Order: sequence, then structure tokens, then C-alpha cells
Amino acid sequence: MSATTTNAPKSGGFSLGRLLLEGRAFFALIAIIAVFSFLSPNYFTVSNFLIMSSQVAIYGILSIGMLLVILNGGIDLSVGSILALCGVCAGAMMQGVTLDWAGVILYPPVWAVVVLTIAIGALVGALNGVLIAFFKVPPFVATLGVMYVARGVALLMTNGLTYNNLRGQEALGNTGFNWLGFNRLGGIPISVIVLAVVAVLAGLMLSRSAFGRWLYASGGNERAAELSGVPVRRVKITVYTISGALAAVAGLVLSSQLTSAGPTAGTTYELTAIAAVVIGGAALTGGRGGVRGTMLGAFVIGFLSAGLVIIGVSSYWQTVFTGAVIVLAVLMNSIQYGRGGRKS
Amino acid sequence: MTRQTEGNPDVREVVLAARNVSKSYGNVHALKGVNFDIHRGQVTTLFGENGAGKSTLMKILSGVIQPTSGEIILDGQPVNFANANEARDRGISIIHQELSLAPNLSVRDNIFMGRELRGPMGVDFAEEERQVRRLMEELEEEIDPLTPVEELRLGQQQIVEIARALSVDSRILIMDEPTSALSASEVEVLFKVIRDLTARGVSIVYISHHLEEALTITDHAVVLRDGTMTAYAPRADIDLDWIVRNMVGENYDLGSPPDSDKREVALSIRNLSVPDSTGKDLVRDLSLDVKAGEIVCIYGLMGAGRTELLETCAGRLRATGGEIVLEGQEISHLSIGERIARGLALVPEDRQRDGLVQTMSVGQNLSLASIRNFTRGLFTSTRAERKLIEDSIRDVTVKTSGGGAAIGSLSGGNQQKVVIGKMLATKPRVIMLDEPSRGIDIGAKAEVFRLLAEGARQGLAVVYSTSEVSECLSIAHRIIVMHKGRISAEFDSTVTKEKIMAASGESVAA
Repeated sequence: MSATTTNAPKSGGFSLGRLLLEGRAFFALIAIIAVFSFLSPNYFTVSNFLIMSSQVAIYGILSIGMLLVILNGGIDLSVGSILALCGVCAGAMMQGVTLDWAGVILYPPVWAVVVLTIAIGALVGALNGVLIAFFKVPPFVATLGVMYVARGVALLMTNGLTYNNLRGQEALGNTGFNWLGFNRLGGIPISVIVLAVVAVLAGLMLSRSAFGRWLYASGGNERAAELSGVPVRRVKITVYTISGALAAVAGLVLSSQLTSAGPTAGTTYELTAIAAVVIGGAALTGGRGGVRGTMLGAFVIGFLSAGLVIIGVSSYWQTVFTGAVIVLAVLMNSIQYGRGGRKS
Repeated sequence: MTRQTEGNPDVREVVLAARNVSKSYGNVHALKGVNFDIHRGQVTTLFGENGAGKSTLMKILSGVIQPTSGEIILDGQPVNFANANEARDRGISIIHQELSLAPNLSVRDNIFMGRELRGPMGVDFAEEERQVRRLMEELEEEIDPLTPVEELRLGQQQIVEIARALSVDSRILIMDEPTSALSASEVEVLFKVIRDLTARGVSIVYISHHLEEALTITDHAVVLRDGTMTAYAPRADIDLDWIVRNMVGENYDLGSPPDSDKREVALSIRNLSVPDSTGKDLVRDLSLDVKAGEIVCIYGLMGAGRTELLETCAGRLRATGGEIVLEGQEISHLSIGERIARGLALVPEDRQRDGLVQTMSVGQNLSLASIRNFTRGLFTSTRAERKLIEDSIRDVTVKTSGGGAAIGSLSGGNQQKVVIGKMLATKPRVIMLDEPSRGIDIGAKAEVFRLLAEGARQGLAVVYSTSEVSECLSIAHRIIVMHKGRISAEFDSTVTKEKIMAASGESVAA
């Protein structure tokens, strides 16, 4: 028999290699900050960290939803499109919803726009969940399909154009949409606070709630979880619903930051979110990973690409670096989970 | 410990030997200085409880893992296998306890996996198929080479594993529990094959928990306990008691029916029918009542419908007809979770596939089924969970370093106890166990049965299935024999083994 474990030490004593391996995302982040601080005097400043963090917030929110899906043993390729669809929906509502039969144009207040937008995201996510849990469509295929459909609907709604100027009008009582993207509480951007709240809630859910345990269990061995009485289908649908809702939140944050909403926003964001989860040490086979790692992963990607911009590296090189980091992360994952070998 | 003596006419040439082999995983010593010989053309059986080190030793001999110290001697020369392929090239093959077949591939493709025959047009499928047909004829099994492995019964899959090892012309064949999933007739076929092989000079290393069975085939017995070799002797000098004494060093009684107060009917199955995917009935019009405090054993061969019956009661499979009544309430429409909440728990047959979540710790596995019970509001109570885990580990006597240990670090018997403990933690009224002793050693078996007897004494209704007759005649008050989806006979605990086997449609000749 052998141990394939991360929490039972194999040999007593302190091992530097092991520490580096387990805390790799953390050390990578430290290294990135150190290197760029050395290369550019503008990097290690409070204002730069706040700007970078508000950029990370969007990927971070998406990647928490993605983490839940991946822990469950699935994948959600549709989050980038849901983000765009929800942004466009929010934009449409801010510009006024024309009801022809009543002959009026409705301008819902901002809070209603936010609630409705999140509901739309959750609904699309739930569609993913139902396809996967009840119709047994493989997650990759189901969310790939929904990715195209959601993007297409967003394009149809706007005819390919972008909703600009979502600040709202005093007279209509729908101002404040840009609060989410621009304002600060105690000096911290609202988007970062949203990310922190989402991360804390997700962390608590995973570590302390029965649902969190069910999520890990059905990701680790669905058959065993089912026979233990875990409602595996409900868990699945909930997970994709949450992922959709978080994509909507990210969509709101993004369109608020830009005060505009376009149907092509968020293209390939789903891949960045997956990358953050993987860099954070989660296993794509499900059952292993956590919020802390995923957050570190999101910050690694965000701080790395921001740093490359600041020191003036071409954006093509940024793509290469990001890819290299992802491959390296997966390599480390397989070292961590692969060692110790199989069960006797 | 007896070592092979030179000049003994009964002992033939030693082809493979382990000298002072030790293996440690961190602080765990799986093997301590084991000396072990394999003779040409003979069957050497390894006896020992789970965790005694049998599988570890076999893996070392077959190159799957490397020893921490000591050496392996092949034909008098020390060898060092880097991996299983090197060992296979030198004529050593191993058939693992957990099957290592690709279920999506055909029998032919599995047998030639990784060493496909090359032809002028890529892989020579026709030649491969021909060889597989010949192997299957040798094994007297009617398995078509083109059938996907996932469509075969577990017993047939085992035969495919054996065929794969035979196809590489091994000189030394290591079989780790080859019969654990075979029916009596399939075991007979296997033993005939083993005798043919030894006559051809192939050496067999055999591991089995089925002691009587192993004794009929072996030439030498090696007994391991806690990683140390405790005894070594030729077949002529030993008997069952000797083996058991050396294995456990204590009483191995599986127990007797407990004096429990059998009261009202806890679980009532009425006219239950369960079809397979083609509509053929796996369970046909079956009725059975189990009282609180009663232990019922279901005996039957592979494919008799035992697993399907239990899984239907648990809610995994859907019945086409009949009722399942738990303490007076019809539960056929409920989900698995709801049935568990009402007090009906199943310990599944295949603990790797259906019982354990490998990515979670021992403690998280133990609390998985009952986690609802200590959820207050949104969050679980960490303290309540820790208490439950500690209680479970103590009650079902799991040998582990603690609730945080990885589930993969436990031996098979202890893993099984975790699965049982997980379901007992839901405080069931009725517990069903599908082959609870599969792949676990005598000591763990006795402990599992003692646990069940204790549960029955406290009013728990127990149903367990088995394919070993000796396990029917232990703690069960009543023995039900299933044959082709029906109850073919019902006995009380005074019945003989022969009667049970006759009712199951099994030949008693073995």
C-alpha cells in the first residue's frame, strides 16, 4: 500500500522541496512581485497594486465559479460568453427597456438591473447544469454549446454593437451603475471587495458546509457519493448555476469599469479562469483544490501580465509567458498528485 | 522460519528468490527482511492477512516497485528491475488483485495492449484475434476476442487478465487473488490451467484469502504476518489450522448467530423484479422479509442477482415491479439519500469504485453519508464531525494514524471498515452489505462479522451477501440462496454446506 496524499507526511522532518511544491502558487506570486519591483520603480506602489487588483477581480470572480465546477469534475467553457451576455443585458436595461404594447420605456433602478442580470447568468448556468446532470451531456460539450449560443444571443441583442455610456441619468433615477467599477471603499476598489466577499463565501461553503463536502465527494468519486446519499445531480446543477451567476457578477463589474457593454467582451476569459484554477493546484479530474490556491492563481496571472505591460514587453510575449506558467503549473500538479503511486 | 535445504529431493530448482527484502513507506515498514523462494514448475502460495505485506512482496518480485533494501535473485543472478516491463521481458508476469484492463477496449486489444503485433498494414489484428481465440480455448472460456471488456462479467474479466499474462509466455506467473471474483466452475477452470502450466515448467506464485481453495492447488506455503515471514513449509506438512495459526496467531472463529430479540419486520421486499438493460429480469418476482435484530445471509453465484437485489433496495437501480417497504412505509419512489435518512443503508460490493472517495481523507469518508446530521443552519459542526469520526474509528476498529490520513494508506480490510463505519454512522435500521468480506483477510472478516452481530443484538436488521459458504454458516440466523434472480432455497443456521451449494446450482464436486 502506499500513500497518495498531501496531508500525511511521508517522511518526518522538514523538506524544502516539499514546501516549495505545496506553496508553489504563493512563491510564484512572491517571485513575480519581486522581479517586477526590481525591474520597474512603478510596480511596487499602492496605487499600482490597487489597479492590478481591480483587473484581477474579474478573472478572480470567474475563476471561483470555475473552481467549483472543476472540483465537481466538470468544466465550464461558457463563462466568458455568459459574462458578455449579462453585460449586454445590463446595458440594455440601463438604456431603457421599450415595452411596445404599453407604449412606455422602462428604466429599472440599478439594484434591479444587478439582480436581474445575476438571475440571467444563474439561469444560463442552470441550463448547463440540467444538460449535464439530467441529459448526461459531457460538461465540455454542453458548455461549449452554451458558450456559442450565449455569445450569439448577445450579438443578436445588440446587432454586434456596443452599449455605451451606462452612467444613467439623474432624471431617470438610474444613476450609479459605474459605482461598482470606479468607486472605492476605504481606498479599496469595490470590485476587489466583491472578489474578497465572493472568495470568503465560497471558501466557507467548501470547508464548512455539507454542500461543500458533497461537492468534493462527487468530484472525487461520483458513484460512491451517490451511494452515500449525496444528491449528486442537485450538486451539479447548483455548481453550474453558481458559476453562471458569478459570470454575471463579473460581467457587471467589467461593464461598470468600462461604462459600456459589448457582445464580444470576455472572449477567452473562460480559459484564463481555468488557468487560474489549475495554477492554484486544483486537479482537473475533480475532488482536489481550494479557494486559496485559485485566488493565488488568479493573482499570478494578473500580476504577471500587468508587470509585463509595465516593463514594456510586447503583448505577444505576454501570451507566451502566460502559457508557459500554465504548463509549468500542470507539471507541478502532476508531480504532487502523481507521486506515491497507485493503491496496492 | 524454515529455509530451503540443499539436497532435499522434494525441492526443485529455485528460479526466483528474495533475499532479506525490506520495503518501507516513510515510517511504515511493509516488509521486514523477507526471504522467499520460488521453485520451478511449482505453485507457491503466500498466506497472510491484508497488510501483512503479500501484495508489496509480489510487486517487488514483479518489478512494479523496488525494495528499500535486500535483493532479488533470478536464476542465481541478482537482478534489479526498474519497472514491470523489464520483469516481464525476463519472464515474470503479475496479475493484480485490482484488475488493470481498459474497459472500453476489446478482449483482443487488452491482451495485446502495449505490445501489439506488427504487420505490413499496421497492427496485425487477424493474427492477434487468432491467438486470443487459442488462449480462450485453452482456458475453456467462451469469450469472443472482439467483445469490449466492460460487457464481461467480473469473473470473465479476470480470465482475460490471466490470458494476458499467459500470452507473453511467462516462466513465473504471480497471481494476486485471482479467484476473488470467480464462480466455483471458473475456479476449476483456472486450477486446471495452473496445473497445465506447472507441468510445462511454469512457476506460479499464488495469493488468496480463500484458504481451502489455495490448499488444493499449492505445493509450498509461505505465511507472512506484519511484514515478517512467520512460516514456510511444503504442502505435505501443513493443513488449514497450521496456516491460520501462523497467519493470525489467534482464534479465527467468524462467530455464531447472536441471541437477539427478533421483533417486527424491518424490511419487506414484495414481488420485486429488476430488469437489465435488455429487459431480461436479473431479479424475478422476489419476496423477502427481514426482522429487526435478524441477520440474513444471501448466498449465490456471480450473476445470481444478489447485487442487483441489494442495489435496488438502496435506490441505485429501478425496479419494474414490486414494493420495498421499510418499517411499514413504501420507499420505492425515494432517492438514495432519502432512503438513508429513513434508515436503509447499503455497503456496496466494490469499495474502490462505489464505496470510497479516494481524494478525501479517512475522516471525510467516514462522515460523508451522515454529514447532514451535524449541519446546523448553513455550516457543519466541526466538533460534532470530529467526534463522529473518532467514535467511528474506535467502534469499527479502523487501524489508521487518524482521521486526517489518506484513504489510500489503509489496507483493504481497514478500507472496508471505513465504508461500513460510514454507513453505520447514519444510524440505520436496516444495513445491507454486498460481499462485505471480498478481498479482506480473516482477521478483518471476523471483526466485520462481530460488528454486524453486535448491531443485530441492538436491534439492527442485517442483510449480507456472500459467495463463500463458510461465511453463510457464521452469524446468519437465516440463509437465503439465490439462483437466476429467484430465491431457490431458504435455510436456518443448522444447514450443511453441501445443501447450500446444491441449492445455488453449484457443483459440489470441487
